[in-house]
Amino acid sequence: MWDHEIRAMASTHAIIAASVFMATVLPAVTIRGFSVYGTHLLWLYSVSGTVTAVSVAVFWLLGISPPTKKHTLGYKLSRLFRSCVYFFLSCLFFHTVVVLYGAPLIESALETFSLAVLLTSLTTLRCLCVLGPNVQAWIRVFSRHGAMSVWDTCLQITVACTVVGAWVGAFPIPLDWDRPWQVWPVSCSLGAMIGFLTGLVAAPAWIHYHRKQLTYKCK
Amino acid sequence: MKGLPVLSLLLGLCFFYFVGIYLFVGGFLLVRLEVNRTSSCGDVLQPGEEPVDFCRVQPRFRRAVLLIIDALKIDFARFDPNNTAPRPYENKLPVLEETASSRPSHSRLYPFRADPPTTTMQRIKGFTTGSLPTFVDVGNNFASSAILEDNLIHQFGQVGKRVVFMGDDTWESLFPKKFYRSLPFPSFNVKDLHTVDNGILQHLYTTMTSGDWDVLVAHFLGVDHCGHRFGPDHPAMADKLTQMNGVIRSVIDRLQNDTLLVVMGDHGMTDNGDHGGESQKETDAAIFLYSPAPLFAGPPSQNELDVVPQTDLVPTLALLLGVPIPYSSVGQVLLPLFPPHGQKEGTVEGLSQLEALWINAKQVNRFLETYSGMAKDIPPESLSRLKEEFNRLSSEYLTTVRFGRSPSPELAASLQAYLTSVRDTCRATWARFNPVKMAAGLAILAFACVLCFILSEFSIDLLRETGPGLKVPVIMALTAGGCVAVGQLLTQGYIEVAWSLAAVALTSQLLFLWTWARCLTARYLLIPPVVIPLLRCASLLSDSYVIAEGRVVTFLMFSLALYIPIHLNWDGLLLPPIHDPLKSAGLLPSPGLSPSTVRKESSTLLACIGLLVGSLYLSLSFHGCREEQGFCQPSPFLSPLSRLQDSQLKNLHYVLSIFSLGLWTYLLRRCLRHYGNLNSSGGTVFTARWILPLLSMCLGLHWAVSATPEDSFRNLAELISLAQLALPRAAFCLLGLGLVLIWLDPLTVFVKTRAATSTRGSSLSPPRYRASTGISPQAELHHLIPQIYQRMRRSLNDGEMSRVSEVDSRPAVEAYGLGTVYSAPLLLFCGLLGIGLLLLHPEGMALSFLLLLLEMGALLHIQASSTTLSGLHGTDSGGFYVPWTPIVMWSFAATQFFHATGHLPTFPSIQWGAAFVGFPDGHTGTILPASLVTLNTFASHILFAVSCPLLLFWPLVCEVRGSRGGRACGEEGEDAVMEMRLRENPKQFSSALLQLSTRYLFIHGAQVFASVCAAAILRRHLMVWKVFAPKLMFEASGFLVSSLSLLIGVTLVLRVDIAVGHWFKRIIPDTSR
Ligand SMILES: [Zn+2]
Ligand SMILES: [Zn+2]
Repeated sequence: MWDHEIRAMASTHAIIAASVFMATVLPAVTIRGFSVYGTHLLWLYSVSGTVTAVSVAVFWLLGISPPTKKHTLGYKLSRLFRSCVYFFLSCLFFHTVVVLYGAPLIESALETFSLAVLLTSLTTLRCLCVLGPNVQAWIRVFSRHGAMSVWDTCLQITVACTVVGAWVGAFPIPLDWDRPWQVWPVSCSLGAMIGFLTGLVAAPAWIHYHRKQLTYKCK
Repeated sequence: MKGLPVLSLLLGLCFFYFVGIYLFVGGFLLVRLEVNRTSSCGDVLQPGEEPVDFCRVQPRFRRAVLLIIDALKIDFARFDPNNTAPRPYENKLPVLEETASSRPSHSRLYPFRADPPTTTMQRIKGFTTGSLPTFVDVGNNFASSAILEDNLIHQFGQVGKRVVFMGDDTWESLFPKKFYRSLPFPSFNVKDLHTVDNGILQHLYTTMTSGDWDVLVAHFLGVDHCGHRFGPDHPAMADKLTQMNGVIRSVIDRLQNDTLLVVMGDHGMTDNGDHGGESQKETDAAIFLYSPAPLFAGPPSQNELDVVPQTDLVPTLALLLGVPIPYSSVGQVLLPLFPPHGQKEGTVEGLSQLEALWINAKQVNRFLETYSGMAKDIPPESLSRLKEEFNRLSSEYLTTVRFGRSPSPELAASLQAYLTSVRDTCRATWARFNPVKMAAGLAILAFACVLCFILSEFSIDLLRETGPGLKVPVIMALTAGGCVAVGQLLTQGYIEVAWSLAAVALTSQLLFLWTWARCLTARYLLIPPVVIPLLRCASLLSDSYVIAEGRVVTFLMFSLALYIPIHLNWDGLLLPPIHDPLKSAGLLPSPGLSPSTVRKESSTLLACIGLLVGSLYLSLSFHGCREEQGFCQPSPFLSPLSRLQDSQLKNLHYVLSIFSLGLWTYLLRRCLRHYGNLNSSGGTVFTARWILPLLSMCLGLHWAVSATPEDSFRNLAELISLAQLALPRAAFCLLGLGLVLIWLDPLTVFVKTRAATSTRGSSLSPPRYRASTGISPQAELHHLIPQIYQRMRRSLNDGEMSRVSEVDSRPAVEAYGLGTVYSAPLLLFCGLLGIGLLLLHPEGMALSFLLLLLEMGALLHIQASSTTLSGLHGTDSGGFYVPWTPIVMWSFAATQFFHATGHLPTFPSIQWGAAFVGFPDGHTGTILPASLVTLNTFASHILFAVSCPLLLFWPLVCEVRGSRGGRACGEEGEDAVMEMRLRENPKQFSSALLQLSTRYLFIHGAQVFASVCAAAILRRHLMVWKVFAPKLMFEASGFLVSSLSLLIGVTLVLRVDIAVGHWFKRIIPDTSR
């Protein structure tokens, strides 16, 4: 039972990681002058768009999201609408947090917001996919005894990795090395991306390694 | 509670830190006093002749060109024709070798040995004053870097020589307005190899041919910057050196017969292109002397000098150009440049070798006498030896001259030996790091940090074992110190205090560690609140992070602020557990847990985190700017109001400041009143009622007066100047009075007999309390926290079963404000101190101080709420221990507000204006202005350190009724006893206080240790004297101030404890507690 879920998770993660890779490589082949530092915003949009699309598709196909009580079209539409609102609110939330952390307030607001979009598509979107638009459940998941399935644990790990990656990504900015990747927000978004990829790898591995200790209360 | 062991342990820890800092700084920061005297033409005279104006004598050269090529290492200047495959920096200056070999009596190339610190500014000072500049040249004005000591440029100006300067703009700041003409170019950007050099080249040749100069100084920076950027072994260096070769060649071509050319480097560089230290690669620069007229007596002989010390350039140039040798020079003339005694008349005019040596020796002796009168750092026995030697030489020389005998060659040699030994003595005192001292300091600091950590983790056990456990190490340590002192006395004849202290510290530390090492495990160090301070310590090792320190600390603070709710949520404490029927047999047994309380506490916590984050963000707008930060605008609130031109803006700023001040005062009083501390009539209450508002009124008036433009009220000018003098002084007096009153009478408890139940009641609760404070019904509403003393006493008497019968015959007494008896005086103390420190700041900083107060409050409430939340869920350990997170934030906040009050760890950013608050006409002494400036600089360190014990009290102040109270006091479940709980558990109280203080000391101490490490490891770094050494000084003094303030805060708490003890004795005379 465990192996099955872990295998599903690993393949999902492989697909997402591959999509990130493609989102970086494909534009570089097709668009002239595309590079991760040089046209950073373009890369950001391409990656966050791809991750969003692929995650939504994969999780919908897998059917992990919590079972809806009603199956009416209206209810589904309202869920979709609420998810979009949450997505946007989470972008605003990340934007605020990043500004409070010391990002410039007015100049390069677009860059900051793009970083917020990336962070949202790496973290909040996963929450939306796994838990649905339910903030209570989100808060519940991020506690020691809050995880109720393998996917919840996986969510904990990837989100933590992404956020810590973005946080660590801010460290090189003050250094006087004058490298292209020290420009705001390149290092942070790279950090978040690396953290996310690490999380994608680490989550199935960790769960596989600890599968004996993991016990979940049934939902 | 055990006050004495706590205090003595803290004192011991501080002692270790102080000794460590003292030792390290003594070995690292070389200090020298500046002699502010100048030589003049009249005072350097040859003996036996009529007094001659020295400067009138025809000098050997009329003009000189100084080409300074920064970091011109001797390896760059040498030319080896046999080298077929030269490295990029080899054989690129053939012009020097060509000239030296084709015209051997006109030119010569020497290694030119610089003295550490080999940084450009210190070197420029060195080869213009002839002295050995150290990092701290006491007597120099810290605010500007201008050289006040006697120097060559000054002497040239005195005799009317026109000095034209071009190149590195460091010269412009060292010699402001001293040049006849000056063309400085920005030197800051190390990556820019060409701006300075090309700027010089644009003007050099035209200036030389125009003839409008006597001394021309050109300082090229390209080679140095190339070294820093690429290292010497890089093609760019070859290009740069080749360019310099061309420059030297063209300059030589344009020289005239009366001109001396000096091409020199100020220091060398390591293989990485850095400099600053004392290795031979850094110290050995090149010097090349050339003149179209014959300069040397002959071709280089075998026994000629092989290395020229950098100090020797000054007397040589001075005597060759006919100016007096600068007063503080310790150099020695370069003898080959002067003709031997006999040949003087024939070939060249000017001084002979012996005359030059004599003038030189006389000047050096005069300097040595002046200096040894001012400072005691030159060992006395070598001083007296030097003096004897000089007296012997001078009598010998005088007899030689008087009788016209031809001097013996030994005389010249011994004069030279005398000069060399003076220079060596001075160098041993000033220009050498003392690595042993530095290492000892580092070791003591490291052990002190470890000790601090151990003490903070095991404070209970330590206090229990105190007594014999402490005495042995102390006695052993004192014995060791005494042994070292006696040993020194026997071997050297004098005692160096530093080493005895080091012996004491190290011995006791090692003994402590020996006892406690078994308790130390690494697992404690890996929790996030400890990792963040470690990150901060690591950031002190990088110059970029030190430059951006204000933002770095705010960033880390913010991270910790977000960590708190996330961590609480992870432990499932932030939200009330969902009462799910399915998981009714949940994992969390939750005693006395009501969801509404949890929700209330959580929202308080989140609101306080919001406040904290808001004040963190706003505090960023009060930062000053370092010169290294390129595009940075200092905060507009930093300039005093009197400097603002726009009157509307001025009014706005004034109103904002007054508003902040008023809010500060109101919040303090409000808080005290809320907890019922304003009812009695003691000194503290008097302070809170009258002195606090008066003080802030004084301050507001003072701001108004000092902001008035001087010419606006002409007829009131006298009154205004009087007010400028009187208002701040009145504020100082009020502050002093308030602090003393708090100290003398710290209790804020008002006792009210509740419905006199017995006749003895009136006699026990003294009536004067009532008489002097008529409580209005309105005021009674505010006494929200009446402490039911009756219950207190019952719990006190619980142990004594025999007295139970008496209990009921006692009066029921309500003690207002007893619950905050410890925190109220401390809070008021800090509030008063805050206003006093605000007085020393520019007016606009009132806003920042308000933010400081708000942030303090937010932190305290966060600590209280998280303690309550963990207590509600039963995960509390039961003690009063303050966890790492709030303490780390508390100590970071000190650094954060150091920056947010406009301070920076650099000397030019010290706010000197603070010294003149209340003393507009200056001071006579130095202690008062120095302490005022210190108070201004470390205001936030002082405030946060003094108020540190509040972290321990606040959870008790804010404790939820009926929850903790119920648990601690058994089944009675009555009113909260708040801080009285501390009195009930004196042992836990003292160990918690000790733990809190040691943790606070540990965080600050670890930062000091990190900056000490940075200075020690990076002493070759380009930025060491600009970034790391000042940072070390500020960090060390900040620690000093913090630890003293912490001791003051702890002592105040102990003082309150004693007062509370007396109070209890008075209320219950027969209870021994
Ligand atoms: Zn230099
Ligand atoms: Zn340099």
